[in-house]
Amino acid sequence: MQTVTETVVYNRAGQRVVSPDYLLFEAPRTKHFMTGSEAVKEAVKRSSVDASVSYPITPQSEAAHLIGELWVEGYVGVYFRGESEFGVMSELAGCAMAGARAITTTSGPGTLRAMENFPMWAGTRIPVQLVLMARGVNSPLSIQPDNLEVSFLLDTGCMIWYAENAQDLFDMIIAGFVVAEQPDVHVPVITAVDGFFVSHTREAVMLPPDDIALPPYNPYKAPMPVIDAEVPPGRFLRDPFVMKSNYISYATHASWQWEVRSAIERSRPYAKHYLRGLTEEFGDPTAELLFVACGTAAAQSKEAVRLLEEEGIKARVLKLKTIRPFPVEELRQAVKGAKYIFVPEFNVVGWLEREVRRYLYGVCDAEVIGAPRVAGGMTMPPEFIVKEVMKLTGKEVKHVL
Amino acid sequence: MKRRRVNIRMPALGGQGAVTAAHIIATAADYEGYYAVSNPFFGAEKRMAPAESYARIGMEPIYDRGEVVYPDVIMVFHPQVITMGKSYTMPFYSGIKRKGLVIINTEEDLLTEEDKERLESLEVKVLNFPATKFAIDIAGTELSTNMAMIGALFGAIGVVGVEAIEEGIKSRFLKKFVASGGTASLDSALERKFKKKLELIEKNLNTARAAYELAQRWAQEQGLEAFLPPPPKKVAV
Repeated sequence: MQTVTETVVYNRAGQRVVSPDYLLFEAPRTKHFMTGSEAVKEAVKRSSVDASVSYPITPQSEAAHLIGELWVEGYVGVYFRGESEFGVMSELAGCAMAGARAITTTSGPGTLRAMENFPMWAGTRIPVQLVLMARGVNSPLSIQPDNLEVSFLLDTGCMIWYAENAQDLFDMIIAGFVVAEQPDVHVPVITAVDGFFVSHTREAVMLPPDDIALPPYNPYKAPMPVIDAEVPPGRFLRDPFVMKSNYISYATHASWQWEVRSAIERSRPYAKHYLRGLTEEFGDPTAELLFVACGTAAAQSKEAVRLLEEEGIKARVLKLKTIRPFPVEELRQAVKGAKYIFVPEFNVVGWLEREVRRYLYGVCDAEVIGAPRVAGGMTMPPEFIVKEVMKLTGKEVKHVL
Repeated sequence: MKRRRVNIRMPALGGQGAVTAAHIIATAADYEGYYAVSNPFFGAEKRMAPAESYARIGMEPIYDRGEVVYPDVIMVFHPQVITMGKSYTMPFYSGIKRKGLVIINTEEDLLTEEDKERLESLEVKVLNFPATKFAIDIAGTELSTNMAMIGALFGAIGVVGVEAIEEGIKSRFLKKFVASGGTASLDSALERKFKKKLELIEKNLNTARAAYELAQRWAQEQGLEAFLPPPPKKVAV
């Protein structure tokens, strides 16, 4: 008689290794009441992380601190503090080039200080993860939630995902590693949330058990060899093309930049699977009034849809979970039947409105309205969104006293 | 008037435990079977300077976050919020909804005639309640002021029972809890003051319970109805 033996594999921390699908979709979940920062810790704990580098800046300091606790408990291989955010992102790249699954967190001015590194990450094709807790950027100084900095990251060659709440963030961090490490993707992923609104808000989060974790990263599946000075990316770090003014150097740079963008495009099917779609819809599907939003703006829009319903106005929300890749087809599908498209945002420039206009140009007759827009840490009460919408109808608003 | 959500704003002074109170309020409401969310005001708070926190309790999943601009309930943790204007919003009751509730930690009436007129026009009830005195009398320290405020809130709005409040307090102080450095040092100061953690919890529970009973009687006298229907049965995702 034959006996079948199932091999159980454990990671460094002694957690049972399970498939990403099991961890994200099948494992039983229990309810926990926690902040977004604590949700980051819970996600990293279940992701078999090899390395994390930290640097304090509000509002991500707690998340960075909690990853440090995981290192003390043996769940994270290496953890240390960088000299600055520039140091952090450079050192994280070093960890990843040496074959580590690596994650860090930053906010606002920290993101700007580290900026040079993000296109470098993408160009060297390292699947690192940055949890970005967006905050205002100077000047004047602000520590408050404002997501202007996300617009600076849009074309760095990193994937950008946007979580609405602590639950989204937990699931996105785990899914982020899985998608970023696909051999045909293999670019960095930035999982963004609005600082404070998510990092410091305490809410119910459904978590799988903590004795199971993602399979460890296998660097030998990378589309490029782990640190090798003779082929890209090592070769062009050692011997930059900029030194050579000839056509082959221009062409190499250009084609490599195209390849990074193509890699983001190739992430679509994986992201669709692990995020259960690049977008999420809320409200009456027949409504002519549509909010297109991400993060906290999507949350506030959902509340506004409820208030509008009380006023007898049908509305719906298209929440974008990914910004890079941009969910073009999903957006074009959702705007069918819409007459007014509001894009509420937590920044002064309206970067999401620009994106929405860009992808709807010539394909949709609905009016795109870049409002309401708040910045510098202001809250966007759902009543305020309703007021903005009511301008169209000329009606009085009952909710606002 | 049928509410489906109670939004609570808690103007306080730094160090009074308003953030802890919001955390316990949300945890207790969640335990009772409602949806709940809590958050602090996002800033560089310091002792005796204005500090504010928020809790939202509802019948359906809560997406709304950030400052509560249009509250159903305002809990004033310190008289200076009113007397010295240590408030993020002026007057402290700006944005309050019709038929709302204001609970003020005070031993005397601090409202002007103008305040009273405006609140009355909105049918807002005001409970003047000496929470700090309660805390000193029952727990032996003013540090339990926030517990008295929590008890008064739930006694008055009548949606969350004493058992759930106990659960909220225990879950905050017995579980491993990570807070900012400032809150952590405050916690250790609290522990020294009370010697033992369990003794601390017991005293906090007694303070909350006594305040709950007082506010419940007051609500009955005022003819206040429960602020929310019975909790929806939550289904685990």
